[in-house]
Amino acid sequence: MAKGPYSDKVMDHFMNPRNMGEIADANGIGEVGNPACGDVMKIFLKINDDQVVEDVKFKTFGCGAAIASSSMATELMIGKKVEELLALTNQAIVEALDGLPPAKIHCSVMAEEAIEDALKNYFKEKGQDPAIVDEMKAKIRKN
Amino acid sequence: MIYLDNVAGTKPDAKVVEKMMPYFTEHYGNPSAHFYPIGREAFEAMERARGQVAAFVGAKAEEIVFTSCGTESNNLAIKGLLKNPMNKGKHIIISEIEHFSVDSVTAKLRNDGYEITKLKVDDNGLVNPDDLKNAIKKDTALVSIQHTNPEIGTIQYTDKLGAICRESGVTFHVDAVAAAGYSELNVKDLNCDLMSIASQNFYGSKGAGALYIREGVKLSGIMDGGHQERGYRSGTENVPAIVGMGEAAEIAMNDMKVYVPEMVRLQKKLWDGLGGMFDFLHFTGDKDRRRPGHVSFWIEYIEGESLLMWLSLKGIACASGSACSSNILADDEEDLAASYVLTAVGVPSDICAGSLGMSMSKYNTEGDIDKVLEVMPETVKRLCEMSPMYNRK
Repeated sequence: MAKGPYSDKVMDHFMNPRNMGEIADANGIGEVGNPACGDVMKIFLKINDDQVVEDVKFKTFGCGAAIASSSMATELMIGKKVEELLALTNQAIVEALDGLPPAKIHCSVMAEEAIEDALKNYFKEKGQDPAIVDEMKAKIRKN
Repeated sequence: MIYLDNVAGTKPDAKVVEKMMPYFTEHYGNPSAHFYPIGREAFEAMERARGQVAAFVGAKAEEIVFTSCGTESNNLAIKGLLKNPMNKGKHIIISEIEHFSVDSVTAKLRNDGYEITKLKVDDNGLVNPDDLKNAIKKDTALVSIQHTNPEIGTIQYTDKLGAICRESGVTFHVDAVAAAGYSELNVKDLNCDLMSIASQNFYGSKGAGALYIREGVKLSGIMDGGHQERGYRSGTENVPAIVGMGEAAEIAMNDMKVYVPEMVRLQKKLWDGLGGMFDFLHFTGDKDRRRPGHVSFWIEYIEGESLLMWLSLKGIACASGSACSSNILADDEEDLAASYVLTAVGVPSDICAGSLGMSMSKYNTEGDIDKVLEVMPETVKRLCEMSPMYNRK
């Protein structure tokens, strides 16, 4: 069959999304996007006392690339420490998916933003200043 | 594969392809070369096709100019009229749901000092003829309003719009690309001066279109060169495609009365089936005045491209008007614009991301529609389960 605009990896994650759903007792939920732009991404995190991602789920309203980006992001997140999540860039998601069409790169950016938003809410829930996420990210970028 | 994107182009009729073949293999001469047989044969075949296309739209053969596609016909109609020295008008009227090839051509003309009025359509996509009457001014040069909208299927009151133009002495162009082969297109009944059609939409091949130019309407060519097509369109004609277009026109003329009612019957079956399936599915376009075999809708909570992709994986090919799939090979996301047609018919821009169009051809069967109705519930359910918006209901 003729290949479409997406890589086999994207098609695989689109057809068989990993970790799709919700976590009832999530302690960090991130949501980004806007239905007007055609994408809404929601990420549910369960982070344990050692600051390790025990479970992660997603729900996405969006195109094939958005669904695949969220699915791949969850695979890259599970078992990682919080600071490792902050080091996870959209570029890493694109690479893991064997590339995205240029017009769809924003879907991977949304996934990175959803993770960031979820972590901010995680710190907020713990009574910490969510700005810590920005500080940590800035530090990682510097190194 | 079940093919339901026929407004993008139909499967060519086998009889059409058969007629085209000798113009690749035997009569391959240039139709402008009259003094040896293979050139003369090409010329004569082309003129026969001109007669067939003319008969198809109720025109005279000399009123038909062959082009390469519907977009070219629309470009020639609009730019050719305005470029002609006889034209003095500086005002153009179109509707807000025209094809890109009318919408973007007129948008660019704005830079050349033309004033463009875009008539609003109602929620079913219809232009109110009274609005046209009120919009015509002394310096209106052209009214260009499509016959059938490919995205939402709506058929305008073209004859009434034409009568208003005729009364006011304004040239009336009709983009009938999505209509040819599905609606009766008689240029006299429709009161039009210019009409665009394309072969690929009625079982001919890609690469041939036509523009009807009513006798007496003054148009200038927009492609300079060897003066083919009486100067309206320089450049060697695509003889095989044109021969195919003539044959396709003749077949459509004879067979429409048989296949159109069947397409309407299948359309009703698909419409009723989908309508009864989900209360969050909303049809677009006019229920009655629509292209036979055309069903279009949007679904809350679901984005169009992912629905399109799933249906494709299930062997069903259709079209999405969603922002995300509009131009996937574009260089950046700025080109992923929401459909202006859907926005114009009042579909809220925050949910029209889920729009889908299914357009049948004479080849679709009852079994095709049964399959769509079988596949849709599981596909929609799957995407709803994935959607963060579905639970909020």
